[in-house]
Amino acid sequence: MEQHSHITLPKGSIEKTTTTLNIGPTHPATHGVFQNIMEVDGERVVSTEQTVGYIHRAFEKLAERRPLYQITPITDRLNYCSSPINNMGWHITCERFLKIDLPKRVDYLRVIIMELSRISDHLICNSIVGVDTGAYTGFLYVMQYRELIYEIYEEVCGSRLTTNIGRIGGFERNFTNTAFTKLEKFLNEYPGVLREFEKLFTRNRIFMERTQGTGGISAARAMNYGFTGPNLRAAGVDYDVRVQQPYSSYQDFDFKVPVGTTGDNYDRFLVRNAEMWESISIIKQAYQKIQEFKGADAEIYHADVPEYYLPKKEDVYTKMEALIWHFKIIMGEIDLPKGQIYSAVEGGNGELGFYLISDGGRTPFRLHFRRPCFIYYQAFEELIKGGMLSDAVVTLSSLNLIAGELDA
Amino acid sequence: MALTNTYIQEKLVEKFNDQVFQFSTDSGILSFESAAENNLKVLQFLYEESSLGFTFLTDLCGVNYPDNKGAELVVVYHLHNFIENIRIRFSIAVPIAKPDVFTATKLFESANWMERETYDFFGINFIGHPNLKRILNVDEMDYFPLRKEFPLEDQTRIDKDDEMFGRG
Repeated sequence: MEQHSHITLPKGSIEKTTTTLNIGPTHPATHGVFQNIMEVDGERVVSTEQTVGYIHRAFEKLAERRPLYQITPITDRLNYCSSPINNMGWHITCERFLKIDLPKRVDYLRVIIMELSRISDHLICNSIVGVDTGAYTGFLYVMQYRELIYEIYEEVCGSRLTTNIGRIGGFERNFTNTAFTKLEKFLNEYPGVLREFEKLFTRNRIFMERTQGTGGISAARAMNYGFTGPNLRAAGVDYDVRVQQPYSSYQDFDFKVPVGTTGDNYDRFLVRNAEMWESISIIKQAYQKIQEFKGADAEIYHADVPEYYLPKKEDVYTKMEALIWHFKIIMGEIDLPKGQIYSAVEGGNGELGFYLISDGGRTPFRLHFRRPCFIYYQAFEELIKGGMLSDAVVTLSSLNLIAGELDA
Repeated sequence: MALTNTYIQEKLVEKFNDQVFQFSTDSGILSFESAAENNLKVLQFLYEESSLGFTFLTDLCGVNYPDNKGAELVVVYHLHNFIENIRIRFSIAVPIAKPDVFTATKLFESANWMERETYDFFGINFIGHPNLKRILNVDEMDYFPLRKEFPLEDQTRIDKDDEMFGRG
């Protein structure tokens, strides 16, 4: 072999029998900004090191200087496939901390929005698993129906992806009739689409062979790794925050918690699909309950908490008290009670927790987000070690990792 | 028998006597503290004692109380018993001059990155951690940004009255 004296190779690189492969930070297989440095032997994965933090935005530090209502837009940017759940999770944390009781109608409206965003989250994740196994059709097909969900958000709060939906104490405005019409349209059209989506994948020979037996984890290991949400349920643990610590009146609804057995990519896919069916059923129940409110009750969309809920604009211009509260809320002049709270909701990909410590100031003394995918992404190496590189890509997408949530 | 906060407290006091203290209950969650060097003993007892069974580490994070001299940095563990559906909060405090804490990675794999994150932001040194390096911030960073000594905005700004905007 010809000698290249001008090239200096790192020590040990000639003797090395494995290849180092960078997947990410920007790569079609990562579906977000994070990196995997893999050691591969042929097509087998020997080891991997996950690098995160590329879009770290110091949310916890930012939150220490903001009044509660200004933290809601921060939470949008955690799991941006299901922003409304994050928003609601934050509102619920504040309401529990401030001991605010919500009217039932607000709870049910929230349940509708949260379940819609669970569907939109699972929809993306499952169709992306399809894309990574070579089936683009399902993804393009269901995207149209995510659009219907986004139109409902738009009708309720005015924005689509980073929603900033709702306020502490309820919603910023009542749902319009158009919003309910759009919800009905979605409820009519979506089940057929989901059925067809399942037909494309669930018993598809290629899909089954690609996903079954890859990326599996036992229930005990999953718990030790801090798995929550669909990923834990796919391993066979029926832990769901909606059932264990009901919030927003989830106890009023009748739904099942789907579980898998092997915790592999196929089970995760099935659990998410089954959850979408449950979500549709929850939305239908909630919509029915909302229709039962008549007269003045049907106009309630927020709790009566003048300290935290912005008054109507026309009242601000005409009434002294409303003007004072408006000013105090906007300027962040309301002192919080002392204390601490941990409050969790069932996010799109697991238990989304908020740990809030207040020292009696106007902003949180410390706010910590328990981001589910940051915690379970650690298990990635264990899930893919010894497997094929192409299976690692499918495992990566079936874990439902969202870069915004990984990095906070 | 349903597991109650009172029972957990009795069990802990029976085992550790005055090594565990500051019991309180807010928002239904039992909180308590112990000395920093006992953290693994307490976590292991909570994990292995069959009548307690706190086998799930929900969350681990740091807090900085600059005014608590000698106990400026705090590590908070949130544990969960899925079967009894009960949570507890356990915290330990260490001085900022010597922030040494034993790692919980032997008990919980999930503690690995959470401890790295806590190290990254608070500089808490987890003894025995397999890979204690920065995780979200750049490796070259030479300070711990979530400590209270680093204000979010430039404190010398004079165009804005801090008294009006929250913490002054």
